Amino acid sequence: MAVAAGIEIENLAKSYDGVTALDVDRLRVAPRSTLALIGPSGCGKSTLLRLVIGLVRPDRGSISIAGTRMNPATTRPLRLRMGYVIQEGGLFPHVTARENVALVARDLGWQDARIDTRIAELLELTQIPPSLLGRFPAQLSGGQRQRVALMRALMLDPEVLLLDEPLTALDPMIRSDLQRDLKSVFERLRKTVLFVTHDMAEAAYIADEMAIMRAGKILQRGSFRDLVRNPADPFVTEFIRAQRLLDVADLTRIQ
Amino acid sequence: MAAAFIAGLSLLALDAGLPGPARADRPVTVGSKAFPESWVLAEALAEAMRSEGVPEVVHRNNLGGTEIVYQALRSGSVDVYPEYTGTILEVVLRSPRPLALEGIRATLAQEGLGVSDPIGFNDSYALAVTRATRDRYDLRSISDLARHPNLSLGLTHEFLGRPDGYPGLARHYGLRMRHVLGIQHELAYTALASGRIDATDIYTTDAQIERMGLYVLQDDRGFFPRYDAVWLYRLDLGKREPRALEAMARLSGKVDEIKMIRANARVVLGGHTYRESADSLLAEVRARAPARRGAGTDVVGSVARNTGEHLKLVALSLLIAVLFGVPLGVIATRSALLGSAILSLAGLLQTIPSLALLALLIPLFGIGVVPALIALFLYSLLPIVRNTYVGLTTIPPPLVESAAAIGLSPAAQLFRVRLPMASPAIMAGIKTSAVINVGTATLAALIGAGGLGEPILSGIQLRQNSLILQGAVPAAVLALLVQKAFDLIDQVAIPRGLRLPRDRA
Repeated sequence: MAVAAGIEIENLAKSYDGVTALDVDRLRVAPRSTLALIGPSGCGKSTLLRLVIGLVRPDRGSISIAGTRMNPATTRPLRLRMGYVIQEGGLFPHVTARENVALVARDLGWQDARIDTRIAELLELTQIPPSLLGRFPAQLSGGQRQRVALMRALMLDPEVLLLDEPLTALDPMIRSDLQRDLKSVFERLRKTVLFVTHDMAEAAYIADEMAIMRAGKILQRGSFRDLVRNPADPFVTEFIRAQRLLDVADLTRIQ
Repeated sequence: MAAAFIAGLSLLALDAGLPGPARADRPVTVGSKAFPESWVLAEALAEAMRSEGVPEVVHRNNLGGTEIVYQALRSGSVDVYPEYTGTILEVVLRSPRPLALEGIRATLAQEGLGVSDPIGFNDSYALAVTRATRDRYDLRSISDLARHPNLSLGLTHEFLGRPDGYPGLARHYGLRMRHVLGIQHELAYTALASGRIDATDIYTTDAQIERMGLYVLQDDRGFFPRYDAVWLYRLDLGKREPRALEAMARLSGKVDEIKMIRANARVVLGGHTYRESADSLLAEVRARAPARRGAGTDVVGSVARNTGEHLKLVALSLLIAVLFGVPLGVIATRSALLGSAILSLAGLLQTIPSLALLALLIPLFGIGVVPALIALFLYSLLPIVRNTYVGLTTIPPPLVESAAAIGLSPAAQLFRVRLPMASPAIMAGIKTSAVINVGTATLAALIGAGGLGEPILSGIQLRQNSLILQGAVPAAVLALLVQKAFDLIDQVAIPRGLRLPRDRA
């Protein structure tokens, strides 16, 4: 098992055409903990994730993974220590599910036997029937694609997992199954997880903590209970209400 | 499979017989322009050289117009070709005043070129009309023509462009014709016969004068200079092969207008081959018929040979275009500035008329297979570069980002993700270039590179539709086969995942 790695963000800012997309003074994700980034569309949660994986360069500030500061020279080595899953999975349509999973390992020069062993481990972990691996992405359902994408993210046994709304495009039943399975994978592997969603229930169910964002800033960080009981900003309450998780009576009872 | 395809093309390349740099022992090369008289004269000279004992003589025929064959002579691709004194003065020397033969000789000697004594006939330009047109408008001379500005002239492009052609003629006679259009020489006769045009430019030794009952308008104000046929040759030929000069001397002063009209008529009207007519001309000059190896009319053999040459030109130029075009398409995606520069340049190449491009290439690369390949290569670039660029830039951004985010090296991002995903577009571009190339390669015959354009050009000149079809039909079949072949190659070159029906999600 790899060394535990945390994420440390200091004074990080990014703007597009003069509009601030992200402005975060400080954010730490402790090793082996799960943090959900939550907020409305355009709040900067995806931008934060894209900064961490190095797809976007910050205007200022720093990002460190396991103590290594991200810069152009360290971006690729750090990417190999992180797994990344996006909304539609980001699977490449021209190769089979199996090749999608094995792609980076092959690029790194792994032997076939080592790849086979690792894929067998991951099949067991992600509960994917082996026969699915021979199919092309177009021949998989949405849920199957997300499971394969998770498998690809785990191939190199990374210390950090970054998931950008991985379940948003799925229908409710499949989504519920995948929420359960994701939670169980996170609990078994104890990776450092940064998880973007706009669904409060999903965040509350899967993550240890959540950070609620608006207009590029983190308004409040804490457990679901903290956010409901001690909202740092009227928007926090507003956002929770909009999710219709609880009726007014429930809210009163928790308070 | 892609590798096997490329290997196959490389084999063709080795077999294409590319001419190397000029060597002292290279064959003596006689050139000719793309009209029968030039061809017959060159063929006769080549045969005369062989009888003089010159070991290896090659005839490069159909070399477009004066600019093309003259550049070929200067670059050493051709050693000698038949030319006319009037043309040398106006087109080559651009001399404002007429020079006697001695003056022409002295000027060209500075270029390393020599001029033989006159071959014996004057092949001047003239304007001709049908007898019916002559009678209807009472035309006897060019001065008469000036009184009928509504008559339409169909003139060859060379005549239209030369200072001693239409521009000078119009000034000299005060012609104000309302309908003047450019037309290919042999097509002009058809246009004349069908009444689409009223007059055209001809040569005074033209075989069609008799056959079509044309009337040659009198040059009553003496505009056209003399066009005495001579041999224009490289002076170094005398040192390399003195017997070649002896052969030229033997033919000089021996071919008068009557012999030349007859020689032209044998080819154009009598259905003789150029060789047969050249042999008869030599026989008339020397009064003895040479022994001849049988150059019979083996249609299947010549179609097969032309098709083979054609296929080599297409395959080889396409291979080079792929080797340059795909990387250029990739580079074009690196920055907007670079992209628009590369795509505009490739687009610009496409707009250069093929004859102009060939004329530009000859001073640099001579004549034959090499400049033809380069021209075809340049024409093939745009579809390949553009489709590679479009294929790469239309990959959904999340997938391009995923390739980077999951930690693939830049090379793997390109070769394992981006290029395979762009392969349907790239293959479509290559297929487009291949099919266009099959058509364009017919122009290679203009600069002596052979191929299916050879029977087409000859057929147009000789007005023999069967010859045209011997080139046009195989070219059309070839285009269809190339299309089919690429449908098969697609099965291998495009990953199966991209050929599936759309996703079911």
